[in-house]
Amino acid sequence: MSPSVRYLLNRLGFYLIAAWAAITLNFFIPRMMPGDPASIMFANFRGKLKPEALEALKQTFGITDAPIFSQYLDYITHLFKGDLGVSIAYFPQPVSSVVISGLAWTLFLVGISLILSFAIGTIIGMYIAWNRDGKLDSILPPGFALLSAFPYFFTAMILLYVFGFKYGWFPIRHAYSSNITPEFSIPFIMSALYHVFLPACTLVFMGIGGWMLAMRNSMITTISTDYISFAKARGLSERRIMFYYAAKNAILPIITSFGMAIGFALNGAILTEIIFSYPGQGYILFEAVKSQDFQLMQGIFLTITLSVLAANWIIDILVLALDPRTRK
Amino acid sequence: MNRNWLSRLCNNSKSRIGISIVSFFIIIAIIGPFFFPEPNAYVDAPLLEPSLEHIFGTTGQGQDVLAQTIAGSRSTLFIGLSAGMLVVFLGLLIGSIAGYFGGRADDLLSLLINVFLLMPGLPLMVIIAAWLPPGPYSILSVLVFTGWAWNARVLRSQVLSLRQRDYVFAAIINGESNMRVIIYEIWPKMISLITSSFIGATIYTIGAQVGLEFLGLGDVNKVTWGNNLYWATNDLALLTGSWWTYVPTGLCIALVSFGMTLINYGIDEISNPRLLSERLVKEKYPFIFNRNGSTPVVRTSPSE
Repeated sequence: MSPSVRYLLNRLGFYLIAAWAAITLNFFIPRMMPGDPASIMFANFRGKLKPEALEALKQTFGITDAPIFSQYLDYITHLFKGDLGVSIAYFPQPVSSVVISGLAWTLFLVGISLILSFAIGTIIGMYIAWNRDGKLDSILPPGFALLSAFPYFFTAMILLYVFGFKYGWFPIRHAYSSNITPEFSIPFIMSALYHVFLPACTLVFMGIGGWMLAMRNSMITTISTDYISFAKARGLSERRIMFYYAAKNAILPIITSFGMAIGFALNGAILTEIIFSYPGQGYILFEAVKSQDFQLMQGIFLTITLSVLAANWIIDILVLALDPRTRK
Repeated sequence: MNRNWLSRLCNNSKSRIGISIVSFFIIIAIIGPFFFPEPNAYVDAPLLEPSLEHIFGTTGQGQDVLAQTIAGSRSTLFIGLSAGMLVVFLGLLIGSIAGYFGGRADDLLSLLINVFLLMPGLPLMVIIAAWLPPGPYSILSVLVFTGWAWNARVLRSQVLSLRQRDYVFAAIINGESNMRVIIYEIWPKMISLITSSFIGATIYTIGAQVGLEFLGLGDVNKVTWGNNLYWATNDLALLTGSWWTYVPTGLCIALVSFGMTLINYGIDEISNPRLLSERLVKEKYPFIFNRNGSTPVVRTSPSE
């Protein structure tokens, strides 16, 4: 087995352990809490479900009189069948279908904004590190530090107020116009992009600072290496050294931290979606909290965790492909 | 040595601004609520714009926004600072055990740290907070449970590197107990890292706390910064354009976090040898910096 494959399998093993930890937390959290979780969890179903259906639902969550270990096995078996219970907030839809519809919008929003903030942030970071005595280097880092000190949802509120409410340039809620059917067509895509603009701007503004600082610091370390001085001695153009010698090497450690950034971006996306009533995971989570829909909350936690783990594994593969030093 | 470090911190311009901002808010949090004993009282018609009578206007329920902003600072800063302290303490404890003892303990704890780092924080906080009775102490425990991992990771690597120093070996050979070595030999050398971790953790706990309360997971009858924003959206501030109900609170949160970030910049400047020596070189030999566009190499010691 080649070392790269062994490394990737090693990482996969770690992610499987993390996934198991998340599932186990999900199972034990309600049981560790004060009070009677079963009665709290199912109180909202009273009058909505027949007693037999309620009994079946309890089975799904392993809330039976059986010993805790067999409850746990019950829970995991149902989980592997994709059975996450029934939502109260979106009754009578099953949690799994509610969660999947939200996941698509969240991935769309987070994907667009992560890529944009990464691209813009690293380019600015590269530029200000290269011109370290320039004005921008003393203005931009503290400026973005101030910006990212705002809570995500506060920035979202301001953007919504100014560009959505006051000037009316952008829609203030939903992911696409209500008079367009969701299908793969140009009007639908345009409408989706138009609606995602302000939420994505929020995430991009808040995200740029981190990438910029990371890239700046990584660039500064790279610039002080011998091969950069050598490239200068050879008389190569500044642009060529900056892009192909310095930035190309400085960006590798940044890509490694992409995995962690996905988690942060998701936290921000959750709050931003709530402000813009954007029908992703965050908005659904908010609805779930409002109607005490514990099944839905737990389902969202599981899917978000699993997608973060999957994304991290993809990044591991990417780093392996991009950085020859990791492929010894 | 420690006094020297503190005075250097106060002399650094960035951290001086940061310390002033943060102290300003802490003083407000301590004395402010005495001037506004009943921030929830109905004082005037709802959603009045800022005027001389109500400098920040009124909320959707006819409360004074200024009173709510000032009263909210106490709970938010108190929970934020104490959660920050607990988060760092837990991180320091776990990081020290992992970094100092190494081996199996390190493998296990590092695995735990990495798993917690990967789990998306906010959804995890939500599913725990939703089960707990609403209130500041539930939020405090949720913040500590979900927030320690990052600090544990940073502090662990510092302990790991200090563990290899000769003076630590000397202390161990002298027969000092492990506890004593960690507490008296290793921790004092990490003061600047622990301080900046504490500040970083507090920025995180304030943000996360406000986020949770904004979702309605706090005790919504208490006046806190998070609840102010929760009520602002609940009273449809966004759809009626009443910006004054959420802008003051949001600005306060941002200023506190910004002040803390500045203090951390200052700590970094005075305790990061690379930045420090670079600055000293710059003061002494400014012409080096104008010779070409690159940064002069500040040689790090061969042991690093």
